Amino acid sequence: MHRVVVTGTGVLSALGNNTSSFWQSLAAGTSGIREIVGVDIAQIRFKNGAQVLSYVPEEHFAAKDIDVMDRFAQFAVLAAREAIAEAGIEWTPELRETAAVVTGSCLGGRGAEEAGYWELFHNNKSRVHPYTIPLGMSNAGTSHISMQFGIEGPSYNVSTACASSAHAIGQAFWMVRSGTAPMAIAGGSEAPFFLGGLKAWEAMRVVSKDTCRPFSAERSGLVLGEGAAMLVLETLEAALARGARPLAEIVGFGMSADAAHITQPVTKGPVRAMRMALRDAWLAPEQIGYINAHGTATEANDRIETSAIRDTFGAHADHLSVSSTKSMHGHALGAAGAFEAVASILSLRHGILPPTANFLTADPACDLDIIPNQARTAAVEACLSNSFAFGGLNAVLAFKSLP
Amino acid sequence: MARIIPDVTDDTIQDRVLKVIATTKRIPLEDVRPDSSFESLEIDSLDRLNILFGLESEFDIEINDEDAKHIENIPQMIEGITQLVQANPKTPSSSGE
Repeated sequence: MHRVVVTGTGVLSALGNNTSSFWQSLAAGTSGIREIVGVDIAQIRFKNGAQVLSYVPEEHFAAKDIDVMDRFAQFAVLAAREAIAEAGIEWTPELRETAAVVTGSCLGGRGAEEAGYWELFHNNKSRVHPYTIPLGMSNAGTSHISMQFGIEGPSYNVSTACASSAHAIGQAFWMVRSGTAPMAIAGGSEAPFFLGGLKAWEAMRVVSKDTCRPFSAERSGLVLGEGAAMLVLETLEAALARGARPLAEIVGFGMSADAAHITQPVTKGPVRAMRMALRDAWLAPEQIGYINAHGTATEANDRIETSAIRDTFGAHADHLSVSSTKSMHGHALGAAGAFEAVASILSLRHGILPPTANFLTADPACDLDIIPNQARTAAVEACLSNSFAFGGLNAVLAFKSLP
Repeated sequence: MARIIPDVTDDTIQDRVLKVIATTKRIPLEDVRPDSSFESLEIDSLDRLNILFGLESEFDIEINDEDAKHIENIPQMIEGITQLVQANPKTPSSSGE
């Protein structure tokens, strides 16, 4: 069993096109939620989203590559590029042959699929563009990362709705810990801003017409986000041997299924996932100082998550700091867990806990210390990052700070 | 019952609401009464969404999330639909005029 560290991160989000702007916004409590562009919002009952702005594909990819890469796949590759550059990986043939790529994406390239089917259903065409499948497949992000860097080891995509990238990072962590792969690129990517997808979310009646206010009495639902975040995971000994600077240690992963309801959350599954992450990490509950909550700002999630944290931590729940950074980067579905893993890692690294932005007044059903609106300086030994998916599939990651 | 024009649109708003509930929940229409509680019909959060979707199609109306959240029973649902139908000129009224 190896100790596993994070040596690089890459983020593309509504908070900017790199990790540093992502972190600066989180630490400043600045939200990236704005009026949606690129989709006709007159056709939708909500108007706000957390979109990647000023993104020009041609600045990053050749035209022939853009043809076969949906927005979500482009985001995945860009986040991987940044993470790999920060980690300073020196590729050898052996490393390329054995390194892993594990990504999470909920929708994959469904935006491209929608455009393809538009011709069929709306314009009465009898053909769909031949790139619709390679653009639309959920593993496209994984495959493009693999091709860009020539990574030939275990590579796959996980699709577990809002927990996709937490599951992906957790599995990549286990692979590196066990020695199955010496290194892994892991994270998630999502591009959900297309009309059909937004209409489907509208029908779920969980999207806020206001903004995202997790744990607040005034919360009125989630706000969708997009982008990608990737991590470089490698063994502590390999990182130190090559003089890399580990950002934090990834120490635990727990997963569970509610086996209850396809959309309605319950407490039991999240509690078991948090307990399993703690056990996997050999951490006592009292060693956890911060939880980056799933915190979607739906009425049900925030209430259930609060009660799950109380069940898991008992009296220590009153000594925990908990925040939902979805209030700033939005709910990026399959990329959410990866955004929040990066937020957790950088919280440990900088000794600053990001706030729950847009907070107004306390809800007695969400009575945790949720770091309202302003970041807090606090040296925390270890933290959890919670991801709970529709369908009751839960994934919790544990990180520990390094000296 | 003894109406002269035996048209489906002859149903009252109440009849149509009860029908939408029965159809979406896949239960016999006679089991859905105005005084049935959502709990007794085992209507959960996802069923509610499905019923709202069905009601929007049936009456060609738009039910906003906030109003929908406050509906606690079938009479409130019928009252809300009635208001929306009356406020919506494009909806054919149930009397089939």
